[in-house]
Parts: sequence; structure tokens; C-alpha cells
Amino acid sequence: MHKLTIPLSDEVVRELKVGDAVALSGTIVTGRDAAHKWMIETFIKKTREPRGDDLQVYQTLKPLLQGGAIYHCGPVVAGLDTGEYRFVAAGPTTSIREEPYQGDVMRHFKLKAVIGKGGMGAKTLAACQEVPAVYLHAIGGAATLIARSVQRVVGVYKMDFGVPEAMWVIEVQDFPAVVTMDSHGGSLHAEVEAASRAALEALLAS
Amino acid sequence: MRDLTDAFLELVRRAATDLPPDVEQALREAREQEEPGSAARSALDTILENVRLARENSTPICQDTGTPLFYVHHPEGWSTRALREQIRAAVAEATRRTYLRPNAVDSITGKNTGDNLGDEAFPTIHFEEVEGDELIVDLMLKGGGCENVGAQASLPDTRLGAGRDLEGVRKVVLEAVFKAQGKGCAPGVLGVAVGGDRGSSFLGSKEVLLRPLQDSNPNPALDELEQRLTQQANQLGIGPMGFGGKTTVLGTKIKGMHRLPASYFVSISYMCWAYRRRRMVVRGDEIAYS
Ligand code: SF4
Repeated sequence: MHKLTIPLSDEVVRELKVGDAVALSGTIVTGRDAAHKWMIETFIKKTREPRGDDLQVYQTLKPLLQGGAIYHCGPVVAGLDTGEYRFVAAGPTTSIREEPYQGDVMRHFKLKAVIGKGGMGAKTLAACQEVPAVYLHAIGGAATLIARSVQRVVGVYKMDFGVPEAMWVIEVQDFPAVVTMDSHGGSLHAEVEAASRAALEALLAS
Repeated sequence: MRDLTDAFLELVRRAATDLPPDVEQALREAREQEEPGSAARSALDTILENVRLARENSTPICQDTGTPLFYVHHPEGWSTRALREQIRAAVAEATRRTYLRPNAVDSITGKNTGDNLGDEAFPTIHFEEVEGDELIVDLMLKGGGCENVGAQASLPDTRLGAGRDLEGVRKVVLEAVFKAQGKGCAPGVLGVAVGGDRGSSFLGSKEVLLRPLQDSNPNPALDELEQRLTQQANQLGIGPMGFGGKTTVLGTKIKGMHRLPASYFVSISYMCWAYRRRRMVVRGDEIAYS
């Protein structure tokens, strides 16, 4: 078990290998489809003018994301009426939807970890090697346990995206995950698929 | 007829927050099988810890609380219309209490109803009149990730060399498990229906998942195939969450159905490790849950 604390250094990231179990602590930010599209269009490709609180949010999130982690998660949150937010259930959502954006977001913010489920593709794997960074696979369905690792909701931005899509800044303690894509070009998803394909062929022929 | 809304609410709460003992037992056994220090074992540790916490805190095991599928077996004289209303009221209340996530999305407008009440198939409620004086209600919560990796094959399939026999069934089921990889939140349980038309076949593949996990099939040929499929699916090495490992499926349940001479469907429903199903039995004034 590797204990990781944000911000992550290049050395720590390079030590991590596919298959390593980790417990992550520190401040992380949630972001899914709307957040990734917004970051790319407004600040990276700049095809859209910043408006409203865009620049302010960018300035606030930038230092958190540098050396930090983004979590693909649409949480169930209590306390929406009082503003005393609490995460009730917060398992990972499928990551592959962010494949078109993720690599550029990682390079722009110097993101060291992307957390989700199901793994990502070649563009993200290339970014993991360059930045360097890792993909951390959270345990699908472990919603109550992961919500418990969230010690505090520090803040929420872009609430106009809706609760599941908003960018929640949270403090986590020992968030459990497994490295399934590392900074050396390793992808557990590619490995397991290839090995299981060979096993399937043998079983079909038997 | 008495109002069972509160009883249904309790059934939903138990299903969403308390994993059945047979499933938890299978997950524990799976954990013992995996290598100490492996990603597979650590995934199962996390899963088991999550199951414990959800039970203690009465919070959802998984944030995707799925499609609620009710199977109602009622004696003569019960009003199915009243039962339907009570079930729907209980589902809406369970959503308010965050036992369920609002999951009913209008496919045409994209709007979420916010209370899990959609059209007549959401929640899904099957009624069947039975002998005796007990009302028996089974509830299964079937999440989206695993539902998305379900499959239906029409035999023969020349690509796989799968003919219209149990050997052909074996091949298409193994291919479905391979295609699912870890995406249905493995280790899963396979519900397989052989025969039927496309619709009844898929329904059969879900109903068969109501069987206890450790039982055996009364049909010796199907029993043998169930064991063989579980064993061979595990030889694929996909493992918990697709991390690689010895446990890809916890069990296989197969049901034979009648078919047209022209058709031979094999339907596979993949149930994720969060195999949430609970039963309620009403007899006179007594209500028991299992
Ligand atoms: S497949 Fe099952 S465990 Fe996984 S996210 Fe969906 S409901 Fe939860």
C-alpha cells in the first residue's frame, strides 16, 4: 500500500507502477463532462471567452490542480439547502468519456493524477508519460466507503453545471484506489484484455 | 386490504443498503482466493469494507441504485392496482430519504423525474397470482454499469462456432464475459436464459438471478453447465474490477425456456458485485424480510 499525499512530486509519481494499491490524502477536485469541456474551451483552446466568474474560478482551482488530482465523480451530496455540504455517496463514474480532453487538461494544469473507473485510452496514457502522471482506478460501487474518506467539502464551483457535474473541492483521507495506468506507458487495462483474449480463444477451441 | 407502503419502503431500504448474506459470503470467499498484496484482493477488501459501512449507516452500497425490479406473488383477492400505487409511493419516499438516487430519466426530453417514478416500467413491477395466503415480494436493484454489458446472442453463430446446443451457449456466454471485462463492476453473477423470444428471454435472464447464489440447478445438464461456466469465466483472468485475478464471476444461473423452432436466443444479464436483492413475506399481520 502506497500512502500518497497531494501535491504529488514527479519522483513519487514515477515510483508508482501498474497494480500498486494506493491510499490518497489531500485536496482533490471533482470534474466530469461539463467541467472538462469548460476547461478546454475557455482556458486551453480558448475558443470561448471567459465570462461570469470563469477567471476567478480558474485562478482558485489552478494551484489546487497543479500537482493535484481530478476525480471523475458525480456525488450524492447532503446539505444542499443549508450549504453545509456533506458527501453521502461518491463512487467513481466511467472515465473514458473524458478521453478527448484529459491529456490536454493534464498538461495544462500539471495534473499528477486522474481518478475514475474503467480506465482510459492512448491519448491519456501518452500524457501520463509526459507530465508525468498516473491514472488511479477507484473501486466501482464503493460509494459509501469513498464518501467516508471525504473529510470535508472545502468548496464548490460551477454549480450551474448541476450537482453531479459541478467542481467540488474536497479533502480526502486515505482514498483507496489502484494504479492502472502509470507514467512508464503501462496500462493494466490493455494487459488484462490481451491476456483474457488469449484465454478466451483457448476456451472456445476446447 | 391493508396499506403496505411502509413495508415496501423498508424493503427498498434493506435492498439498497444491506447486501444479502449469500453474496457477501461469496465475496469473502473470493477475497481468500486472491493473492495477498494483489490489486484484486485490495479491491475485494474495499468492497467488503464498503458493504459493512453501508449496512451500519443505512446508506446506499453503490450510488447507482439502479432500476428497481419488483416481483410480486400475491394470493387471490389482492388488488394489484393498489399494490402498484403503494410500491410507487414507497419508491418516491425512499428517494427522498436518499436510499435511492433519482434514476428515472425521460429518454426523449432528457429530464430526470427526481423521484424515481417514470412510466409504467419504471419501477418495473411484475405481478403473479399464486396459491396460499402469503404475499411474497422480491426486489432487485439492477445498476446501469452492469446492465450495459448484458448481451443477447442468436444461435447459430458461425464466427464463434456456436451451434444450437449447450456447447453453443457456453461459447456465447464466455464471449459476453470477455467483452464485459471489468466494466460491469466484476466480480459479477451471470443470469442466462436459453430460448424465449427476445423480450421474454431477457426477462428470464433477470428472474433467474433471484435464485440463492449457492444453490444448484435441479436440471443436471444445466447444473453442470453453470459450474463449468463459472469455472471457465474465472479462467479468463479478468478479476475484480478488471484488475486481473482469479475471480471474474461469483456464480452462473441458467434457465431453459420454450422457443420458436426458428429462433434460439441466449440472453445474458450481468449482475455486478453489488447484487442487491431482498424478499418480503406478508402473512396476516406479520411481515418478515430476508
Ligand atoms: S455496475 Fe453495480 S457496482 Fe458498478 S457502479 Fe453500477 S450499480 Fe454500482
